[in-house]
Amino acid sequence: MSADKSYKAGVKEYRDKYWTPDYVPLDTDLLACFKVTGQPEVPREEVAAAVAAESSTGTWSTVWSELLTDLEFYKGRAYRIEDVPGDSESFYAFVAYPIDLFEEGSVVNVLTSLVGNVFGFKALKHLRLEDIRFPIAYIKTCGGPPAGIQVERDRLSKYGRPMLGATIKPKLGLSAKNYGRAVYECLRGGLDMTKDDENVNSQPFMRWRDRFEFVGEAIQKAEQETGEKKGHYLNVTAATPEEMYKRAEFAKEVGSPILMHDFLTGGFTANTGLANWCRENGMLLHIHRAMHAVIDRDPEHGIHFRVLAKCLRLSGGDHLHTGTVVGKLEGDRNSTLGFVDQLRESFVPEDRSRGVFFDQDWGSLPGVFAVASGGIHVWHMPALVTIFGDDSMLQFGGGTQGHPWGNAAGACANRVALEASVKARNEGRVIEKEARDILTEAARTSPELAIAMETWKEIKFEFETVDKLDVN
Amino acid sequence: MSLNDIGNYETRRTLETFGFLPKMDNNEIQAQVAYILANGWAPAIEHEHPANATDVYWTMWKLPFFGETDMGNVLAELEACHRAFPDHHVRLTGYDSYTQSQGSCFVVFEGRS
Repeated sequence: MSADKSYKAGVKEYRDKYWTPDYVPLDTDLLACFKVTGQPEVPREEVAAAVAAESSTGTWSTVWSELLTDLEFYKGRAYRIEDVPGDSESFYAFVAYPIDLFEEGSVVNVLTSLVGNVFGFKALKHLRLEDIRFPIAYIKTCGGPPAGIQVERDRLSKYGRPMLGATIKPKLGLSAKNYGRAVYECLRGGLDMTKDDENVNSQPFMRWRDRFEFVGEAIQKAEQETGEKKGHYLNVTAATPEEMYKRAEFAKEVGSPILMHDFLTGGFTANTGLANWCRENGMLLHIHRAMHAVIDRDPEHGIHFRVLAKCLRLSGGDHLHTGTVVGKLEGDRNSTLGFVDQLRESFVPEDRSRGVFFDQDWGSLPGVFAVASGGIHVWHMPALVTIFGDDSMLQFGGGTQGHPWGNAAGACANRVALEASVKARNEGRVIEKEARDILTEAARTSPELAIAMETWKEIKFEFETVDKLDVN
Repeated sequence: MSLNDIGNYETRRTLETFGFLPKMDNNEIQAQVAYILANGWAPAIEHEHPANATDVYWTMWKLPFFGETDMGNVLAELEACHRAFPDHHVRLTGYDSYTQSQGSCFVVFEGRS
């Protein structure tokens, strides 16, 4: 009997089998980069190998049934270790997984392996999944965005600028008719779309069916009066898939071009199913990310948002919240730009300065609009246009509905600020630096904007980012 | 805030991008044409009667100006289209063949409705 083909019961070192520094990853391999903090005294190679093993074919003990198959073909391999800049305790472990470990078209299956039991493994103090390189062969098995950036623009006839939206406030407690009024006011004032708050599902004060009917009326009236295309993300996130689809059908019936889902609380199974439904029914899909900060904010443990964003592009969504960089919520600028690229581009090269660990070829998968939402107002507009570019959805909730004249005037102020910023950018001006001049000029012919600028002139959110990129 | 301080916002009928800005003068229009050309997009002109402004397809003026790099030619065609259809909206688009989308699109002349 040859030594490696015979069965010896017991516990082996992981690195004997799962640490393969000479391995050259295949184009079809799924690659992952983990930031690993091992327990003291355990060698890095052993820790990296343990991560590879526990997230693929290995378990803690040798088992006889391993010999019924060829595990060399199926095992994950730790193939590289790197220092983490500015962190002597942790290191990056790169792992290659053969494509056959994963069911086609299932980010659910990929995540169950890569961020499953291994994250509770006692030999590790902390573990964070920093990035995944999905092979193009796997990407071709995923449905992706139901429509994508180009199709959405054509359906809505909106070109050459970011789109403008707002989350309806107060987020909880309005009756359906009052809620529809708030939607109508925003849309007639110049917003392209409004949004259900993520907390709005079907509570006692406003059941979903009533909300959908009044919002449908609001969209149609605003479209007739302004001559522009309008929409409202009707949130169909629900307790069960059956209920979710029932709501989606009715959202289509009342004439909204778009609906909405929370992909992490709802789950990837629900999300992928809903994305497929949207594709078949000609509906756009807006994706909110409640719960993401629980998973992605700790720099040492969890999953980086760039991974969640990549998974969402595969599962399906036409818009995804990315943070604002400048508003009330956490978000490092370079890191944000790194995953915004992953949503929108067809190829993203490795770029450590943006936290991108691998080249990523997205093939023919459509792009996803980046959504900036949370604590932003007119003064931020030039910076937002600079950071996010045209293929974005800029959402001002309080920054629209907090206007002293009401929602419509607030919407108008934002629209004027947006268009003035885009026009100035096209003229070659550096709009982030010239923000004050550009907005002040635009406000001369827009009393709505002048008042908005006065209302929010003092509001800033200047706190240090918790989850920074790893640098020395 | 007293009622006197609250303005009454009247709904505007607008034509998408730049619809909320004052009418552009010639210099401003030129700057936007320059932006389209600098991006390598094909300038294209479409026009339509205001009654049909919400239609997806407007009538094309000639063909998109593929390969055009001269700003003067684009401005002259805009004027020619406007003279031929003074009652129509005339819009300029910057067509991006890579994305099969429009990198820019705005109404240059508004028709009399």
